[in-house]
Amino acid sequence: MKYINKIKSVLTLIVIALIVAGISSCGQQAKDTDAFRKGALSSDVASRVYVAPGEYDEFYAFVSGGFSGQLAVYGLPSGRLLRVIPVFSVDPEKAYGFSEETKPMLETSFGFQPWDDAHHPELSQTDGSTDGRWCFINGNNTPRVARIDLTTFETAEIIEIPNSGGNHSSPFTTENTEYVVAGTRFSVPYPQQDVAINTYADKFKGMLSFIKVNPESGLMNIEFQVLLPAFDYDLAHSGKGKSHGWTFFTSYNTEKASTLLEVGASQNDKDFIAAINWKKAEEYLAQGKGHDVPANYKHNVYDEATHMATSNQMNTVKVLLPEECPGLVYFLPTPKSPHGIDVDPTGEYIVGNGKLSADLTVHSFTNMIAAIDNKEYDTIIEGIPVLKFEKVLAGTVKAAGLGPLHTEFDGRGNGYTSFFISSEIVKWKVGTWEVLDRVSTYYSIGHLMIPGGDSKNPQGKYMVAMNKITKDRYLPTGPEVTQSAQLFDITGDKMELLLDFPTIGEPHYAQGISADRIVSKSKKIYKLEENNHPYAAKSEDATQVVRDGKDVHVYMTMIRSHFSPDNIEGIKVGDKVYFHVTNLEQDYDVPHGFSVMGFENAEILVMPGQTETITWIPSRVGVYPFYCTDFCSALHQEMQGYIRVSAANSSTELKWSLGE
Amino acid sequence: MITIMVITDVANDKDRTFAEVLTNKNYMNIKSTFLFILGLFGFLISCESGGNIKSDNDVATNKSNIVLKGQSKVEDGVSAQNILQIAMSSEAHTTLVAGVQATGLEDVLANNGPLTVFAPTNPAFDKLPQGTLENLLKPENLQTLKTIILYHAAPGTYKKSLLKDGQKLYMATGDYLHVERSEDEVFVNGSKILTTFEGTNGIIHVIDDVFLPVKK
Repeated sequence: MKYINKIKSVLTLIVIALIVAGISSCGQQAKDTDAFRKGALSSDVASRVYVAPGEYDEFYAFVSGGFSGQLAVYGLPSGRLLRVIPVFSVDPEKAYGFSEETKPMLETSFGFQPWDDAHHPELSQTDGSTDGRWCFINGNNTPRVARIDLTTFETAEIIEIPNSGGNHSSPFTTENTEYVVAGTRFSVPYPQQDVAINTYADKFKGMLSFIKVNPESGLMNIEFQVLLPAFDYDLAHSGKGKSHGWTFFTSYNTEKASTLLEVGASQNDKDFIAAINWKKAEEYLAQGKGHDVPANYKHNVYDEATHMATSNQMNTVKVLLPEECPGLVYFLPTPKSPHGIDVDPTGEYIVGNGKLSADLTVHSFTNMIAAIDNKEYDTIIEGIPVLKFEKVLAGTVKAAGLGPLHTEFDGRGNGYTSFFISSEIVKWKVGTWEVLDRVSTYYSIGHLMIPGGDSKNPQGKYMVAMNKITKDRYLPTGPEVTQSAQLFDITGDKMELLLDFPTIGEPHYAQGISADRIVSKSKKIYKLEENNHPYAAKSEDATQVVRDGKDVHVYMTMIRSHFSPDNIEGIKVGDKVYFHVTNLEQDYDVPHGFSVMGFENAEILVMPGQTETITWIPSRVGVYPFYCTDFCSALHQEMQGYIRVSAANSSTELKWSLGE
Repeated sequence: MITIMVITDVANDKDRTFAEVLTNKNYMNIKSTFLFILGLFGFLISCESGGNIKSDNDVATNKSNIVLKGQSKVEDGVSAQNILQIAMSSEAHTTLVAGVQATGLEDVLANNGPLTVFAPTNPAFDKLPQGTLENLLKPENLQTLKTIILYHAAPGTYKKSLLKDGQKLYMATGDYLHVERSEDEVFVNGSKILTTFEGTNGIIHVIDDVFLPVKK
């Protein structure tokens, strides 16, 4: 026994001594960033984020509201909140989801969904640069992709994604916005059916969807879906430059666990990045290889001319099967539940951030193509070749931090990766994989954003960290406190914290773009003569009240500082009154609001030249005031009217008037 | 890649404090000779690239008044204890805590997690050969110490009841620990879980061995 103990002791010594000796040769250690930061921070950072009253910010930032279902627009570097765009959630400020015109936007195959979880804004691109036309964003819970028109900053379109469950790896674009993608985070039975959950490995599938974007109108349609094994498809980015034509999706849970994933989905040393050759997919579609599969999903489009949305029922989708389409999909083994997948501006390097790993894995597109050409396969899973890890690997950013999530690029050959567990951003050099700098974030960063940082042409002046936790960073506001964005200057060798500011909901991900790409296109008013709303009254002479059974349509106008009509009689208890309210103003930034006492629905807010409709079912007799809810003029308080409600069996004559 | 757990019965002074370790000038004499002779065993921990120990200012001291204190410094007076706070309040873990502080891991253990930490007691560190700790605490070795500590932390909430015989636990270093269960007794890399604490951001299982990651 003593002998054994001695052996143990000696072995211990060897191991420990080797560890100590091993690292002593590593040389490069904690850098002299302390000294640097003390110097940098002693300068006046406030002046570098100060945008004087009346001056414009240099960049727009489109920051997801996460679980709020909205998209917030901030100016950078000031961090000033410019607008909150409702996308997947009803919005009491703008009547989105309350007005009759916008209710169809939130229709799904499950019915009206008043609130969803929005994660990843993605700006449209032309030749790999953000072009300021549209911003796409994914709805996570009931899988959808929305398109926001950046001339109006309104949600213009929402398409539901069938055969999907948790639309997380979405809606990342190709370099000319040929497609935005929608990969399912949760695999689901395919086709959806009543099966035991423990049949997961056999009955469940993961679907990746490619949504074609019309280059003129921006209109989306699901061009094709690719059926993959039942993994969790987490994030995506498309190739660019040399890798244009490919889209890469990370996956985790290649173990196919269906319960307690925090244990079960961490067993494999490597999961996969799925590389989809979408140009190949187009060839297969042209050859008729797409299966027309029954599907049930909604496609909702807002028409700017009629100021109305329509919700269209869709019944089929084309599905490609990898077994039938050689060369369509390859798996790239990537360590430890890769989360973010980010392609560098050259399109050569594909960074997979294994969120449970301490390292960043970087694959080479050139290596990938060579491995494909040489058939360097480990195995084949459901018709999909698994490329040999060492044949596609370009390098590893070693021990950069804990819990790597996402990487963006500055266009100067550097990558910036967020680390959740160690709550920091690490700057590293693309190609040498050397760690150059690190900064803490306060606290618990998820995504980070550099304007254009996931495109071919980053505008690498600022970087925004999006933090999940703030605890004591701001004045307390009860148990729920704001999440935050932190702004860094990244023009120097060292990242430099300038500012932090609160955000709406969860600032899940963001996109940034220099303001000049948007400002000149921004719409100021809707032209009244182009208003094709079927219930628009384009002048006060055209106003009227029309009864159709129990439905009463009020064709109403508003202009500073009155409604027409402002006296309405002959409405009866139990009627359904549609107020179609047209704002006759043709003057920038003069909206009017409208609401009636006792509304069970909402108010509406109507832009110049626009028509919106709100419904009211009066329940009690009486005379009720209505008024303008958005301060519009010095006589805003005079902008009011009355509507008389009589008993259901009364014979009160229907009439309307202004100034009588 | 292989991982081994080192079981050692090297006798050391159990009363030795961390400060004494730090001031002990006689370290690794004969032992380092052993190292080179026996290096042919081929065990080698990987060399990790630079700048890995946090170098941010930890406190609010700069002319722009930017507050740079990490999450471990948050005090709200009411929240239940997190892993870091539990460790810091444990008299049996002063060595581990000193290592955590030296390597700037406080914020990691105070972050949202979830983490499961296998927390070696002071006597566990005492089992290491004399001089090991003081060597690891040298600035040039802190990265290795950090790796060793992180080898005891797994992303996830592995309650004792969830640990199954034959299970592999993926640790924050990318290595695995191996679980054995014999009825109510659970062993991780051969070391018995002595007791367990639940923190707000994860679990602490107390063990009386230090695990050393070794990469081939």
